[in-house]
Amino acid sequence: MAFAAFSGGPAKTHKPMKSGRVALFLLLPGLLYLGLFFLTPLFSLIITSLQVPDPSGEIGRYQYGFAIENYWIVIESYWPHILRSFGYALLATVFALIISYPLAYFIGVKARRWPLLQGLLLTLVIAPFFISFLLRTLAWKQIFSNESWIVTSLQSIGALAQDQYLVGTPFMVIFGLTYAFIPFMTLPLYTTLERLDIRYLEAGADLYATPATTFRKITLPLSMPGIISGTLLTFIPIAGDYVNASRDFLGSTDTAMIGNVVETNYLQINDYPAASALSVLLMLAILVIVTFYVKRSGTDDLL
Amino acid sequence: MRKISLGKLALPLYAVIAIIYLLIPIAYTFVFSFNDSVKSNIAWRGFTFDKWLEVCNQQGVCEAFGNSVLIGVISTVIATALGTMIAIALVRYRFKFRSAVSLLLFLPMATPEVVLGAGLASQFLSLGAQKGLVTIIIAHVMFCLSFVVVTVKARVASLDPALEEAGRDLYGSPSQVFWKITFPLLLPGIMAAALLSFALSFDDFIITNFNAGPETTFPKFVYTAAARGIPAEANVVGSAVFLLAIAIVVTLQVRGSRKQKRLLKIK
Repeated sequence: MAFAAFSGGPAKTHKPMKSGRVALFLLLPGLLYLGLFFLTPLFSLIITSLQVPDPSGEIGRYQYGFAIENYWIVIESYWPHILRSFGYALLATVFALIISYPLAYFIGVKARRWPLLQGLLLTLVIAPFFISFLLRTLAWKQIFSNESWIVTSLQSIGALAQDQYLVGTPFMVIFGLTYAFIPFMTLPLYTTLERLDIRYLEAGADLYATPATTFRKITLPLSMPGIISGTLLTFIPIAGDYVNASRDFLGSTDTAMIGNVVETNYLQINDYPAASALSVLLMLAILVIVTFYVKRSGTDDLL
Repeated sequence: MRKISLGKLALPLYAVIAIIYLLIPIAYTFVFSFNDSVKSNIAWRGFTFDKWLEVCNQQGVCEAFGNSVLIGVISTVIATALGTMIAIALVRYRFKFRSAVSLLLFLPMATPEVVLGAGLASQFLSLGAQKGLVTIIIAHVMFCLSFVVVTVKARVASLDPALEEAGRDLYGSPSQVFWKITFPLLLPGIMAAALLSFALSFDDFIITNFNAGPETTFPKFVYTAAARGIPAEANVVGSAVFLLAIAIVVTLQVRGSRKQKRLLKIK
């Protein structure tokens, strides 16, 4: 199902018809909705991030204000979490790319001759979407739990010390993040590789290029659009994820990411300004990345 | 002299391993839905069908599941209607601020869920709105909308305008042309978008958690239960939904390929 979202791609475009009231009628309800429940909340977030505590001193009550220092406070207290989020996101994105590329290449290029096999493999790649991602993450937690044979055998061969475990380590969190977002990487890669003209590769070989050179000079540049949208679709949600790094899932307090801090501040200790300031910072970082992407490919390819 | 070709052996093997890796947690969840567990579902204690037969005995599972289905259906209907209209406008009409509209539609997909969740929660907080089913549905429509647009837009773009022209030539009124020609042709795309939207809504946890208040959904139930050990009944619900979804996808694919064969014969 989710695959459909990525498979579209810019199909042949017809000349758009005249503009008019019909277009407005079609666009307005949806755009109004996004204005009310997507754009305005972003402003609410900025306003909340600048609020000051209520003079009454009651927890969870704030007044409108212009406390720009809220930002310095959250950066000062949570810079390790911010760094960790982007570090984990970077690593998990790279791992997901390394795992996904050959898989997408096989499905998109090598399996072309067998449409049935191609369909089956694609269904299997999106299969994880059909089962709750919380359940999948919990499954990994139990597979790598302290009593599992994986951990006990790693301990017996000395790869792990007797009192060392996997769950709660950065390794486990990055493992979980990589796993969870592989389909988001594989599908856009598949979409571009599926359109790759094999004759280019044959031409490369005819010109005495080694397979490695052909890959570097032809396949890789031609699959760049897929790599870019894949990394975008993986990096952004990973940077904001808080399930994998949560204490009840694969992480511990030492692996908390921005998402965990926002959740704790917002839903548990009701420090809305701090949570909002962090969210705004995260959003700004993402906007920088998106702007870079838009500059490179324009807005037409966004949808 | 023949070298072992990378594409001939290593690549298929690699693909198989990668697919198995993707499927391991699904298999695990499925197997442990048959575990004769007492409280937590960690160690294997023997095979039983009981958890499947008496899912609702576990407190909260079925209520959470019911809520998730209700929220999923309502959000999907709204998001699909709004999104389809936008998709048609984007492909068929020329208007000002086109790239601004594209950007507005893209941004919700590119925004981390915590930001979307905390933003809406701030808005509801400053409006003094009570959190519950309505706020969850508002949030779900918001993040499903753009995915609907992307999915339906591809279908609209591949639609042959000559078919609609033929309808108009035969004196069909604009609404007749839309409901008798455009809509049926778009239906597969709309269905795909609706399925995607339902799947996104059903599985969403992060945005829901910020805007649910006391209301629970299935993912929220799992998250809360994770702290004290998840009951096997949650695995049952997850596995059942998985099997149903796979059945739907396979049916749609088989139907699609049959239709294609029929069309090829006509040609």
